[in-house]
Amino acid sequence: MKDHLTVPELERTCRELRRHVVSMIHTAQSGHPGGSLSAAEFVTACYFHAMDVDPQNPRWPDRDRFVLSKGHACPAQYAALAMKGFFELSVLDTLRKEGSILQGHPDMKKCPGIDISTGSLGQGLACAAGMALAGKLDGKAYHVFAALGDGECDEGEIWEACGVAYKYQLDNLVAFVDWNGLQLDGPCDEIMPTLDLAKKFEAFGFETYVIDGNDMQQVVDALDAACAARNGRPKCIVGRTVKGKGVSYMENQVGWHGVAPNDAEYAQAMRELNAQQDERRANER
Amino acid sequence: MSEPKMIPTRNGFGDEIVALGRENRDILVIDADLGKSCKTGEFKKQLPAQYLNVGIAEQSAAGVAAGLAACGKTPFVVTYAAFGSMRMVEMIRQEACYPNLNVKLACSHGGFTPAADGASHQSVEDLGILSSIPNMTVIMPADYVSARRLVRAAAEAHGPVYLRFTRDAMPVLYGDEESFAIGKAKLLRDGRGAAIIANGDTVHLALEAARLLAAKGIETRVLDMHTIKPLDTEAVIAAVNDTGKIVTVEDHNVINGLGTAVSAVVAELGRGVVRRIGVQDHFGQSAPYERLMELSGITPAAIAAAVEAL
Repeated sequence: MKDHLTVPELERTCRELRRHVVSMIHTAQSGHPGGSLSAAEFVTACYFHAMDVDPQNPRWPDRDRFVLSKGHACPAQYAALAMKGFFELSVLDTLRKEGSILQGHPDMKKCPGIDISTGSLGQGLACAAGMALAGKLDGKAYHVFAALGDGECDEGEIWEACGVAYKYQLDNLVAFVDWNGLQLDGPCDEIMPTLDLAKKFEAFGFETYVIDGNDMQQVVDALDAACAARNGRPKCIVGRTVKGKGVSYMENQVGWHGVAPNDAEYAQAMRELNAQQDERRANER
Repeated sequence: MSEPKMIPTRNGFGDEIVALGRENRDILVIDADLGKSCKTGEFKKQLPAQYLNVGIAEQSAAGVAAGLAACGKTPFVVTYAAFGSMRMVEMIRQEACYPNLNVKLACSHGGFTPAADGASHQSVEDLGILSSIPNMTVIMPADYVSARRLVRAAAEAHGPVYLRFTRDAMPVLYGDEESFAIGKAKLLRDGRGAAIIANGDTVHLALEAARLLAAKGIETRVLDMHTIKPLDTEAVIAAVNDTGKIVTVEDHNVINGLGTAVSAVVAELGRGVVRRIGVQDHFGQSAPYERLMELSGITPAAIAAAVEAL
């Protein structure tokens, strides 16, 4: 079942998702807010616009697949799954706790709606290519969406997987690079320069779309175009994003890669995210 | 006695995978540009729609296999033991073993069998590396027939399996009618003097050692421990109870291979003695296969001497 939300509705959904992300990481006092918030528009647009999934039947063979290659951003995916109805919203409070279905990195055996376990970086695109290949072999129409971090594009396996996607003409594969410019130890350009990621994916055979990855309209348009073009080429949406997007003190701060907010910081983050909601409502009136 | 037929166990994989693929279109082969060496040529020819070659890119071979397995396929990733166990091992751990997916690793050129290629291509560590990952099953067949049967068993078993084959020809030890179960050792010869527990390309050496010992009046039990994990602990315990003395033989480092696995069972049992014959924690070199085995003391004479010394 696909959702058919308008862009303003998707933006509202995305702000709700951001609040869940901050809230669950605060409750857990552990997790990765920066990269979860930068990818929020893409995750929201996938689950509430592009993807055909059934929360009542998470293993439905014809469903679209989502691979969170940057597995540490799972709070964003968990929030989307809960909001979608794969499990109760209250489960979000169990993030990273013993016995939880919401492991520190996604676990397909524990959590409904997770299509492949990830966490070790650089591995998701190859898995997504395998899923896309399976779709081709079985003559199924589903798409596979893969969210990649810019930092994890340091890993060679990403580029090995591009070869597979190109060779086997996986036009049912849609990758997204969350190009927020920061990795764990510092800015990408200091740690390991990414160079022009769009040109790199283009050179590896992908059809690329360069967008503002935090602009919902642009994300939706890119997803629509990427899904519609069954032209034998894998797709890569290269999204320029802001790490920590939506929480002022986290934005573009390396330090918020993998740190949980304390109570005061949490209160400020929720005030800011609620204010953004109110502001949008006022504008829409 | 007529001379047994000599066939590399990698041929057993190459032949059985075709049969499996013809029966089940979800059986896939993923090559990483070593298909000719690993005997997937016939599969590629007969079943092109089930055949992939991802190039010299073992890491994505493993990841692609996991994605396929997550969609109901049973992919066999094919490469050499050294690369299947090391170049892609973290992807296998994360994407095949942790989610317990149906990814099978079929690796030729196990142990010292890629002899002339030298240490870079030989594998003295692979069985230990793979054995220590939860959910992984680890198998090394001794001959062509058992290779075919165990490839089939691996395809039918749920979860990840590592299969190690030989580049070199090995004597065919089993008749076509013989059946094999994962985790169940094969009794090839019985005796109460000692037990020789071997796997893969050392099983025929163990049998030869048993013949040498029999000529001296020492009757030994010979077990083909084709599955290292899960180990047939019952067979090990029975060997201790019946003989009290075990010699293990393997074309692998004695650290973390068959000898270590058997020793752990015996140590916990609290009785019985074990001697481990195998690679004594060193790399190989370019040399004839038989010479490399001899340099590591993996010969019928050395096995027989170890039994007599116990």
